[in-house]
Amino acid sequence: MTAQRFTNGDRVKVAEITGRRHVRTPGYIQGRHGVIERFCGYFPNPEERSIGLTGLPKIALYRVRFSGADLFKELSSAVADSIDVEVFEHWLREVEDDI
Amino acid sequence: MTSEDNYSDNNVVSKQVHKHDHTPPADQGPVTQVQAIQIAMQELLIEKGLVCAEEIRETVELIDSITPSRGAEVVARAWLDPEFKSRLLHNGTAACLEMGIDLRPTPLVVVENTSLIHNIVVCTLCSCYPRMLLGLPPDWYKSTAYRSRIIIEPRVVLLEFGTNLNPELSIRVHDSTADMRYLVLPQRPNNTENFSLNQLTELVTRDCMIGVTLPKNSVTS
Amino acid sequence: MSAKRIGPHDVAGSVVDPVDTTAHELAGWEKRIDALYKLLADEKRCLFVVDEFRLAIESLGPDVYNTHSYYERWVLAIRDILIKKQIITSDELSQRVVDVLDREV
Repeated sequence: MTAQRFTNGDRVKVAEITGRRHVRTPGYIQGRHGVIERFCGYFPNPEERSIGLTGLPKIALYRVRFSGADLFKELSSAVADSIDVEVFEHWLREVEDDI
Repeated sequence: MTSEDNYSDNNVVSKQVHKHDHTPPADQGPVTQVQAIQIAMQELLIEKGLVCAEEIRETVELIDSITPSRGAEVVARAWLDPEFKSRLLHNGTAACLEMGIDLRPTPLVVVENTSLIHNIVVCTLCSCYPRMLLGLPPDWYKSTAYRSRIIIEPRVVLLEFGTNLNPELSIRVHDSTADMRYLVLPQRPNNTENFSLNQLTELVTRDCMIGVTLPKNSVTS
Repeated sequence: MSAKRIGPHDVAGSVVDPVDTTAHELAGWEKRIDALYKLLADEKRCLFVVDEFRLAIESLGPDVYNTHSYYERWVLAIRDILIKKQIITSDELSQRVVDVLDREV
């Protein structure tokens, strides 16, 4: 397992990854920006475990907070104010503060 | 989903199982094709020695024995004991273990409703749910309608549960996509200062611990 | 909204149906498939893990996923895993299903 890359408050962008069979990153957050709410610990990689591998070494898992208005602004004015989603580290990209 | 929740913890809680002298409800009507597959698989697995009928019966009893009253006791204790509440919010797994509830290996995150924030739990991808605290999830929690809409229009969905939230509350939805499980710690209703632990526990419903309703005796603005 | 979806199970924002807030009493077969899942994936047997199970459900495809109930999907997913892992053969299962249905008549 590798040291966690992100800490609380870091701004991140969720990657858009296709071609994998089983992932736990729903489409609605892919390509979107959020903020690290907390580090959850290290867990086996579900993408590898789904195809019979061990999923080891464990990987870092975070809760990332998204703005509902940001994710769904074109859909609804009644959207949740914030949405917290668990995301594994290999899906997260650093975001420069001035973007 | 677990679904599809992570179930490998069943052995560690078996000591808490209450023995019930009952059999599962009989299945109504003719057996469907899918039900026939379930029966056929079960028979073949038993014949191959991979499971035994007794284990299946005991596991069904274990499933039946876990009810939302477990979660309600945790919430009521947090209402009465500020230090326990602090530990529960800091580390839900450890605080539940104090009460003899072993949630491993899925850590519990307890999210507190306040005068500013109302929390709601969903699993948009499947049905991840704090089964060790609340039992099996209800149909609606697993439904496409709930999973599809609770993020997009939570206030509208809550109205379908008869819950009319204060419009000034900020709504936060927790999507259980991976290894955490979530429990909402509702606000303690007013005018319950003299309530005992048991009386408080009675106010805590399953649905208010998921965030779609408020505890009994709550007054919405 | 984002139309990107990772599979038939990725439903956020996809439907507008009201939520049916009632719940049915689980039938015996529903509890038994829940129990079977739990046993087959436990530490003693570990015939598969939760992620393989989720992949099997997602791999049922949108038509099957959307036309079967929650526990029906569990039955079909576990069937697919047991056959794929050669724990049960497709032929013996088919024959047993016929036997079960005959018995019920």
